[in-house]
Amino acid sequence: FRIMAGKVKWVTDIEKSVLINNFEKRGWIQVAENEDWNFYWMSVQTIRNVFSVETGYRLSDDQIVNHFPNHYELTRKDLMVKNIKRYRKELEKEGSPLAEKDENGKYIYLDFVPVTFMLPADYNLFVEEFRKNPSSTWIMKPCGKAQGKGIFLINKLSQIKKWSRDSKTSSFVSQSSKEAYVISLYINNPLLIGGKKFDLRLYVLVSTYRPLRCYMYKLGFCRFCTVKYTPSTSELDNMFVHLTNVAIQKHGDDYNHIHGGKWTVSNLRLYLESTRGKEVTNKLFDEIHWIIVQSLKAVAPVINNDKHCFECYGYDIIIDDKLKPWLIEVNASPSLTSSTANDRILKYNLINDTLNIAVPNGEIPDCKWNKSPPKEVLGNYEVLYDEEMAQSDGTDRDLRGRPGQSTGVKGSRARDSGKPVLTTWK
Amino acid sequence: AMLDPDRGLSLTIARVVQRLQGSSLHSQLERQARVSLHKPEIKLESLKEDIKDFLKTSGWEKKLQNAVYSELNVFPSPCHPAAPPEHIKEPLAYMRKAQGSWEKRILKSLNSMCTELNIPLAQKRPANEQKELLNKWNEMGTDEPDLSLFRPVYAPKDFLEVLMNLRNPNYENGEQPSFRNHLGLIQVPLKVKDIPELKEAFSELGLNIGQLGIDDSAQVPPEFFENEHVRVGQKVLAEQDSAAAQQYVRQGCPTALRADLWALILNISNQPEDILYYEQLKSNVIQHNLLVDSLIYKDVKLTASNDDYYFVFEDYLYQVLLCFSRDTSVLEHFTYSSATPPKSYIQGKLGMEEYAVYYPPNVNYNSFILSVAPLCFLYHEPSKLYQIFREMYVRFFFRLHSISSHPSGIVSLCLLFETLLQTHLPQLFYHLREIGAQPLRISFKWMVRAFSGYLATDQLLLLWDRILGYNSLEILAVLAAAVFAFRAVNLMEVTSLAAAEAVLADLSTLKVMPLLQIFLFATVT
Repeated sequence: FRIMAGKVKWVTDIEKSVLINNFEKRGWIQVAENEDWNFYWMSVQTIRNVFSVETGYRLSDDQIVNHFPNHYELTRKDLMVKNIKRYRKELEKEGSPLAEKDENGKYIYLDFVPVTFMLPADYNLFVEEFRKNPSSTWIMKPCGKAQGKGIFLINKLSQIKKWSRDSKTSSFVSQSSKEAYVISLYINNPLLIGGKKFDLRLYVLVSTYRPLRCYMYKLGFCRFCTVKYTPSTSELDNMFVHLTNVAIQKHGDDYNHIHGGKWTVSNLRLYLESTRGKEVTNKLFDEIHWIIVQSLKAVAPVINNDKHCFECYGYDIIIDDKLKPWLIEVNASPSLTSSTANDRILKYNLINDTLNIAVPNGEIPDCKWNKSPPKEVLGNYEVLYDEEMAQSDGTDRDLRGRPGQSTGVKGSRARDSGKPVLTTWK
Repeated sequence: AMLDPDRGLSLTIARVVQRLQGSSLHSQLERQARVSLHKPEIKLESLKEDIKDFLKTSGWEKKLQNAVYSELNVFPSPCHPAAPPEHIKEPLAYMRKAQGSWEKRILKSLNSMCTELNIPLAQKRPANEQKELLNKWNEMGTDEPDLSLFRPVYAPKDFLEVLMNLRNPNYENGEQPSFRNHLGLIQVPLKVKDIPELKEAFSELGLNIGQLGIDDSAQVPPEFFENEHVRVGQKVLAEQDSAAAQQYVRQGCPTALRADLWALILNISNQPEDILYYEQLKSNVIQHNLLVDSLIYKDVKLTASNDDYYFVFEDYLYQVLLCFSRDTSVLEHFTYSSATPPKSYIQGKLGMEEYAVYYPPNVNYNSFILSVAPLCFLYHEPSKLYQIFREMYVRFFFRLHSISSHPSGIVSLCLLFETLLQTHLPQLFYHLREIGAQPLRISFKWMVRAFSGYLATDQLLLLWDRILGYNSLEILAVLAAAVFAFRAVNLMEVTSLAAAEAVLADLSTLKVMPLLQIFLFATVT
């Protein structure tokens, strides 16, 4: 049989220059989906087809794809919450110190997702929680596909009457993903900078779930909101207006923001160190790393750890004014659209570094390789967590290290490079 | 005329005493002294000594020391008791004259803008407008008034033209050999330091002395320098000693300590009366509308909103600058500045002093904005941010916008830059001059903005640490020369001004301290 001269054959159904330029610069060859390909950067719709039972797609050893088959265990809001809740209960059952709770019954180390319920299924549980804090505000988000559209805030039970009705009917109510919502406690005390709200977008690459090996991209950024609202209308209307302004366009992962602009994570660090001090800043970043790893550990048992797969996630995190980070959402398909030249450079480099790790040496892949790239190819990624390495160290048998016990390793500043650093809480 | 040292000292003492008398510190000290009378350790027979000891141990003496130190830093030493006030502003007559002409030009431009647009320089706001402004005080950035008709009063290059045309009428250019060879744009014979003098002045930047910005990088273990430096910084803060802080920051500030160290050096403590003063300025803004307000809006929109780092602080910038334009305490610095503020009156109250409104001479707010913005990284409480900015302005930044002979004035900085370049990189200087790319044309905008908006924020803050530490802006000129030296190879290959500008367009990746250190201490001359 004919052997191609070792050049990777690629396919994609996402027409973005940051991808295609990266493939072309490696001298890879574009082919069609029905031909023999080695590397397929696919959209989430396509991955569903590839791994669905009906199509019976069988990937060969020299084929790699950029999603795990059931990534939605992490990337769908309701499933993410479900998996994290399950994970916490399991730890609690085994008596793990990680599942320790405080005097109010809140998890000390694992409370990083705002209180969330599924509607209509958990309606009654939600009502119970709602009544504990009747003045709180909650945010309703549709579970399945549409991001941005359909998000709204409520502060009165009457505003979600519809789901109350649905929950009372029998369990034959169809829970199609179009109907299902998650309702989460709205973080109404976000950290403001210059009086502006922002959230954090961080990129995390997972090459394998069991053992867990993940990398954090050092060049994450803060997305600021500039929202124009008229001061005259009532508070809730304000927020409603706020959201509909903010959720105007579906930009994939940009769903939640009119971007007033972006800051690098190193800017954020400089600002926080200057205004709040070094210890609390280090603690914040430690906690951010911690919650990302915990979220991955939570889904690791249920993810189909297909060896043909890797995945680059977009994590959305909000920091509140007590410098506590909250995990809002994980995106399987972070946007590759670039709004500015700087943006384009960032995304280009992101893909470049991702490919260097996922497809070693840019050569025809062998999915059986050990997925342990040498340090030199990491680029702007740094090791977030390597389960294998941690276990061989003997330090990680039961994740004794926790956030807040950081030893203040110097290299955890974003502007430094090359130090494998995110192990302070180990 | 040289003053004998004793005379000079007693004049200085007299002046400092005069300035501190009646200040709030003075009344606080008096109050403390009175309170101490109740203490058992104060005995009638040794009253004076005991009170002095008490003030020492309670830290009040230190506060007084800091205040005296601050006065000495800010105000120049008196030259001669008979020297007229203009000489304290600026000893050289031709400089005073040039500054006066420049101010006239600015005021003329402002006035004609008023006439053209049929807007008064100053007017009282109607009540509903006042209410609206008060409501949106914290988010003026969301406003989008129509500013298309307002144009900046002048651009940096206009100012540079004026500086280029300065001449000392007592000076025959043709005869003195040392100056005949000056090929740069500045043609006045001010004394500037050469490299040996700079090495001495900036000795703490030497190669064998630890620096933040160099010795805290990832490759260097923190035990070598960083940890100890942080420890010393914490001690300096605990002692609350301005002079020690000023010495300390020459080696750079740890990020977590910087805000407090700068406040200590600038002697800003954000007392209740300071907060009250700020609130008063704010109410002035609400009540009266100044033409320059629109210029401020426009400039903030143009500069800060487009900046990768500063856009976040847009709202703070309006607050600080609008208040600043109404702050008459800033007028004090005009006694030692060559500038005189243009004066206007609230509409309909011409000639009535209580309705007079003064303008800072630099009504092109471009540079202001960029000197406020980095401070937003350190201070988020508006009145403190305001005071820090105001103090930085009256100590340093005003010198960048007025024509004077002061060593930290923009004229001297330009000359220092050109001299350094011409002396130590003659080939480069000559080449750039030949292709019509006089180096100052490129570096002027860096210096006039103290590099704000050109360097990455963390690097800018390390640079400004040294401005505070050395109480001088000369480091701006040295850095400008160091940047040219760093990119010399590329610059030698360009053949036009535009190409030279392109080579020097992006300074955001530069590391300031290594550049300075190499230029001053490691370049073979």
